[in-house]
Order: sequence, then C-alpha cells, then structure tokens
Amino acid sequence: MSKLNQKFIVGLVFIMVTGMLAACGDKSGSDTASAGAAKEGAAAKEVELLNVSYDPTRELYEQYNKAFAAYWLKEKGQKVTIKQSHGGSGKQSRSVIDGLEADVVTLALGYDIDAIQHEGLINEGWQKKYEHNSSPYTSTIVFLVRKGNPKGIHDWNDLIKDGVEVITPNPKTSGGARWNYLAAWGYALQQNNNDEAKAQEFVKQLFAHVPVLDTGARGATTTFTERGIGDVLIAWENEALLSLKELGSDKFEVVYPSVSILAEPPVAVVDKVVDKRGTREVAEAYLKYLYSEEGQTIAAENYYRPTLESVKTKFANEFKDIKLFTIDELFGDWAQAQNKHFNDGGIFDQIYVPKG
Amino acid sequence: MAGSVPMIGQTSPRNEKLTVPKRRWVKNVLIVAAVLVLIWLIVLPLAVVLTESLKKGWDVYIAALRDPDALSALKLTLLVAAITVPLNTIFGIAAAWAITKFKFRGRQLLITLIDLPFSISPVVAGLIYVLVFGSHGWLGPWLKEHDIHIIFALPGIVLATLFVTFPFVARELIPLMEDQGSQEEEAAVTLGARGWQVFWRVTLPNIKWGLLYGIVLCNARAMGEFGAVSVVSGHIRGETNTLPLHVEILYNEYQFSASFAVASLLLLLAVITLVLKSWFTRKSVH
Amino acid sequence: MNTQASQRRLLPGFGLTMGYTVFYLSLIVLVPLSALLLNSTGLTWAKFWDVATDPRVVASYRVSLTTAAAAAVANTGFGLLIAWVLVRYEFPGKRIFDAMIDLPFALPTAVAGVALTAIYSQHGWIGSLLEPLGIKIAFTTVGITIALMFIGIPFVVRTVQPVLQDLEADVEEAAATLGAGRWRTFRSVLLPYLIPPLLTGFALAFSRGIGEYGSVIFISGNMPMRTEIAPLLIMSKLEQYDYAGAVAVAIMLLLISFVLLLVINSLQKWMRRTSR
Repeated sequence: MSKLNQKFIVGLVFIMVTGMLAACGDKSGSDTASAGAAKEGAAAKEVELLNVSYDPTRELYEQYNKAFAAYWLKEKGQKVTIKQSHGGSGKQSRSVIDGLEADVVTLALGYDIDAIQHEGLINEGWQKKYEHNSSPYTSTIVFLVRKGNPKGIHDWNDLIKDGVEVITPNPKTSGGARWNYLAAWGYALQQNNNDEAKAQEFVKQLFAHVPVLDTGARGATTTFTERGIGDVLIAWENEALLSLKELGSDKFEVVYPSVSILAEPPVAVVDKVVDKRGTREVAEAYLKYLYSEEGQTIAAENYYRPTLESVKTKFANEFKDIKLFTIDELFGDWAQAQNKHFNDGGIFDQIYVPKG
Repeated sequence: MAGSVPMIGQTSPRNEKLTVPKRRWVKNVLIVAAVLVLIWLIVLPLAVVLTESLKKGWDVYIAALRDPDALSALKLTLLVAAITVPLNTIFGIAAAWAITKFKFRGRQLLITLIDLPFSISPVVAGLIYVLVFGSHGWLGPWLKEHDIHIIFALPGIVLATLFVTFPFVARELIPLMEDQGSQEEEAAVTLGARGWQVFWRVTLPNIKWGLLYGIVLCNARAMGEFGAVSVVSGHIRGETNTLPLHVEILYNEYQFSASFAVASLLLLLAVITLVLKSWFTRKSVH
Repeated sequence: MNTQASQRRLLPGFGLTMGYTVFYLSLIVLVPLSALLLNSTGLTWAKFWDVATDPRVVASYRVSLTTAAAAAVANTGFGLLIAWVLVRYEFPGKRIFDAMIDLPFALPTAVAGVALTAIYSQHGWIGSLLEPLGIKIAFTTVGITIALMFIGIPFVVRTVQPVLQDLEADVEEAAATLGAGRWRTFRSVLLPYLIPPLLTGFALAFSRGIGEYGSVIFISGNMPMRTEIAPLLIMSKLEQYDYAGAVAVAIMLLLISFVLLLVINSLQKWMRRTSR
C-alpha cells in the first residue's frame, strides 16, 4: 500500500514540477522575446502598432491592416505589424486608461475617447484632427425584421404599436446601444416639434416593448435571430447587413426608418503612448490612410458608410440614402447626451425606476 | 471515529451486499433520480454546445481549432493553468494543514477569508487588480516608470486566475482532513517520525482523493475562467487572449459554430485532465 | 486546554503552514481587496450610502441573493443525491457521469449562459415544451436560478464525495446489524459526518452564485428591478466611468457574502460540536 502511495505521490509531484518548470521556462522565453521586439521597434527597423477597437470591426481591420502594411512598406520601406484588440467600446476605453498601451483607438462613440482624453493620454481637440469629426466611416441605426415584415414595421412609430416586441441592448452597458436610443429620441423630437416631454414619453413606450435587455449588441442580435424572440431588432446598419450575410437573407430583412442618427465611430492617436514608443508618424499615417480610396473601399465592403465622395458613389446602391441627424445637432455633444440620458438617475433610468 | 482508516475501493461492494435484497428498489430509484438530474442539469447544456459547434459541419469545426489565434489562445490557457494550479495546490495543502491540525483563534475567520474569492464577482476580481496595478492604481506609476507590465500581460492574467481558483484545493481538503482528525499523525509523531515524514507517509495518502478532486476542479476553472481574465487581459489577439476570451470574440463576430467549437475544445481539455485523474486513481488502487 | 496545548506541540509545521497561508492569502486576496476598500476616489460616506441603498441596487441584491440561495438549496439536495449514488452504487456509465460533474467549471460561463438560454427560451428544447403551459423560464428569476445551479453543482458533489468515500461502511453495517432501519442509519450515523461538507458545498455554491455574471446575463433578460443582478450594475457603472459607484456596489456585495459565509462556517463548527 505505502509503496503504491509513494508512486502516486511521486507522479503527482512530477506533474506539478514539470508544470511549473514549463511555465517558468515559457515565461522567461516570451519575456525576452517581447523585450527584443520592443527594442527593434525603437530602432525603426520594424514597427508594431496596437489598435484598440470595439467589437464588430475585426474583419474591417483585418483587411485594412494588411492593406496599410503593404502601403507603408512601399511608401517608407518599413515593415509594420498591427496588433488588434477588440471588446466592448467602454471596456476597451477603460483598459487604455488603466494602462493598455494602445497606439491608436478606434471606438464606437466619441464619449469613450473623451474619457481617455480626460486622463491626459490624448490631447484636447482630437475630434478636429481628422476630417468628419475624426470618423473615417459612419453608420446609422436601422431595423432588422423577420422576412416579409409580418408586423408591418416601416418607421419608428411602428415600434410602439400593440403587440410589437422590440429587441435592443441596454444602453447603460452597451455603447452601441446608446446610438439606438438617441436615434429614437431624435425621431420623437422631430415628430413633436422638439417637445422633450413627448420624446421622453415615446422612448418610455418604446422600452415598454422591450422584453429582454441584453448587455451587448451581439447578445441582442442572438436573442433576435437565434432565439426567435421579438419582431424587430434595432441595430447598427453594418451589423444588420452583416447578420443578413452571415445568418441568411432568406430569414430577415433590413428596414430603413424615415429618419435616423448618423453614427460616427471615431478614431484617435493616443498621444502619450505614441510619443513614448516613438510611433507617432506611423500611427498618424495609419489613421490618415483610412480616409484614402483604398481604406474607404475596405470600410464600405465591411458595411460601413464611406465618407469619401468617390467611394460613396461607387457604393451608392449598398447604402440607402435616408435623412440623418448628428449627435451634435440634437444633443450638443456626447458628454451632454451621456449626462442627461444615460448616467445614473438620467432619463433612461427614469423609464424603469419611478423618480423618487 | 476520526482516526478511521479510509477504505476506498472497498466500500461500494460491501455496501452492495448490505443492501441486498429488500432495498434494491431504493437503490434503483436513487440511481435513476441522480442520472436524470445529471442529464437535465449538465448533459443537456453540453449537448447544446456540441450540436451548435457541429451545426456547420466538421470543416468549420476543424478550421476553428486550427486557426492560429485559437492555437495561441490554447497555449496561453495551458500556460496559465500550469502556473496557477501548482501554486494554489501548495497553498491549499498548507492552509488545510494549519487549519485542521491546530486550534487557534480566528479559525472560522480564516476559512471564510479563504472562501471569499468564490463570492466575489469575477468582474470585481479583475477590477481589484486594475486598482492595484493599473495606471491609476497603487503601483501603477512605479510600474510604468520601470516599464514593467503586469495587467494586460501574462502576469495579470495569472494573478486574476490565481484569485478565482484560490479556494479550490484548500476548500476540498479542509472538510476531509477535519473529518479524519489528527490521531494518525500524532501516533506517527509519537513513534518518532519527523514532520515531512508524517506528511508524506501518513497525511498525503489519506487525503489524496480530496487533493486530486481539488486539483482537477482548480484546473478546470483555471482554464475556463472568463470574467476576471477578461478585465485584465487587454484582449490583444494572438497575444493575451485565452481560450474563453477567444470564444467570446468568435461569438461577437457571428461565428457561432466556431465559437462553440472552441468552447468544446475547453471541454475536451477538461476531459483529458479527468482521464489523467482516473489513470492515477487506478494506478494507486491496484 | 491541556490536550490542546499538547496537540499543538505534538504536530509540527504550524509556523510554516500558517505563515505561508497568511502570506499567500494576503498577497493574492487581501491586499488587492483592500485596494477595493480603500479606493475612495470620490467616494464619501454619503455617496456610498446613496449608491448602496438606491432602490434599483437594492432590488438587484434581492435578485442576486434569492436566486443564489434557491440554487444553492437545490444543489445541496441534488448534490448529495448524486454524490451518494456515485460513491455507493455501481451502474453502467457511472464513470462517465462521474467525470461530467466537473465540466461546468471548464466551460466558460458565457458559453453556459448562451447554451442554457438556447434550451429554455420560448423556442428552445425545453422552453418550447413549457411555453404552451404558460411557464416561462428564460428571462425570469427561474432561469437565473437554473444557470446558477449549473455553475454550482460541482461544488456540492465534489465536497461531499471525498467524505462519503472516506466513511467506512463498517459504521453503517454495524448500525444495520444492530437493527437500525436504513433511514435511521442514514440520519443518525451518516448525516453528522455529511453535514459539514454539505454546508461547505452550500456555502460555496451560494457565494459563487451571488457573484456570477457571465452565465446569468444571457438568460436573465436584465430587466431593471426584476431580473437585474448586482454584478451587472457594477458593469453598468463602470461603463459610465463611475468607478466610485461600482466600488460601492462591489463592497456591499462583498460584505453581504462575507457575513453569510462567516455565519455558515460558524454554524458548521457549532454543528460539529453538538453532533459529536
């Protein structure tokens, strides 16, 4: 018995020790490797950028990163590799604030970049640095309905008809969903001669039709498409078009409302990081190139609305022309919108918790 | 009572004899009930994962696993588990020894503190490391000055995983060792055995099953942890993405089948550790 | 007193193990946690109290606590049943079932959440069967409870199992030979041994349930005041860069579960003393 126990124990210890050794070995290995890479970067031989982005831009940037690397190699003879990080927009912004060394950020809303600016990592006036509010590509908020549009949904006011269930994520946890909410609010304002009380009533009714508040855009999409819950999904145009492609245009269709919001996902160079790492030149060129013909075409191919006229005309059939208002026109800026609508105790909270 | 010699491997056959014949129906009812519960609670969700992952066929399944990002995530996950499991195992044995073999004030408090990581939301578990090591954290400025990366790098992921799997081994051993008491160890000491001898020869053989369970659970959780790691990882593709994070990314890209395929890979890893466990069990029983 | 003192001297290793335990505990758990408690950026008592007692936050505590408690109770019963059957009986497929117990830990919680929602939503395998009966599981507190049961079941099974394995059949056999009925044997001979691990399993499943996030958010529907769990509110405060508010909710949650765990652990000690 005791002999066998010893065997057992020896085996156990052996596994633990090899595990630890493997761990330590690997750790030191990867440490030196990354240190080496950093040094090389500083020597401007090869350069590495980290682009911290939000969730649905992976395919866009995967394609764009290749295009930019080729362009940069041709232009400057320098090899550039771009690492990508994707996650919820607010979470990504917090990671950068807490020390994730992003050279550039490409997020879902200006508010999240403002937050990084407040920490002094990005210089003031970032939104004026590039054209179109530093938003190289835009999108808008549309409806995804089941094939044949059985509930006859054509515009925002159809969403509050009896028996219509609306799926939209929680604007408090999803940056993207804030655009959904603001689009509805903007529509109601325009319908009611800018009467805020009426607009508030409208969004209140709208959210009374929401049976499930998912935490993120993708959760809401799953709820609508895979679980078969709800009659209409409020979504970004690029996500709606993408889900048509991925999940089948035989099951769903996209409906454009009469008016919607111009969603501007902005980009910025993280000044503190690029100055420290000496990557400013390439980081700025990286964002600038998004506005080029090639960059814009890639954006359009990934269902984002291009801003460059020549590419716009080329893809005119893909993106329906509807009346769009901007956040600045209706809400001043993101900070004001955030404060008034989404912060604790704001208008969105009052929908669910009676004002005390 | 407490000084009992464990009789593993012998209990069940003896018991069989005991229950025959008039209580056979009790046994059958219990087995059927337990199996039904297991099917309902565990098998069903796992079946969903497997059917979803194979919905688009084997090609998609294999492709998802051979993706370089998936492979690097797999490597990172194994590495993290290889670091955290041994550390928490050593801690668990030490803590269980201190708590069950000695009486001291604040014992309940200590046990409760060990339990605490279970009750802390993974989100918060990640947050606390950000508060310590992040740019605005206690050590943030110092780390920055010395260009040391803790969060958004491997050490942060290891720390977060250590935290969430912290209690497993200790918690598994404490009730078991409590139950066994210390008579055997005391007898060994009286007979002149030294400290480590007592541990290796007397205690460890007695607790090996609990220890093994603890390690297996700790390992499973270390590989599957998502929430806490997600806060401190930085999500850099191919670099700081663990398998669970990779699952989430695929899911967020509408690649449902691929994402479930990677999730099933995690299940497979767990199954491998279980096979290892039963191999151990057999080796030491026969 | 005497025996205690002699015991302390008799067995070696107190200093080493205790020292290491406290050191490691402090390093991994206590110091980072104190960062949470001391992170008072903008957190005054008034603000703390405001946040912690906000009706919506209070409602979320209620959801989190009741579902976690319900799941832990159910798991204690089911867990004992499963552990008992796995240890005491032989039946085909036993090893496979035994191996399966751990899998909920290995599955990323979000995957579990998605899978469970697929089963219980109105078009899912089980959801569609219950829909005609007017029973809804997904997007209700029942759904949350089931998710927490999935997450917590290994805790109970795996804490009871080793103790059960370790218990001699002798004791029972003796009791049975002496004419005690099966139920009485179980109650008066086995139960005293099983209560400590059961309580431990309960405590672990319960506390894990309070903090669980990933698997719950998919199945809960997250409706404020009704199915919104406390960890979600922490997330939503972080999303507004309201670290202080998030920390306030986190601290409250921490205190609640700490007190509950302490009570359960003390109860266990007390039971042990009275039962033997």
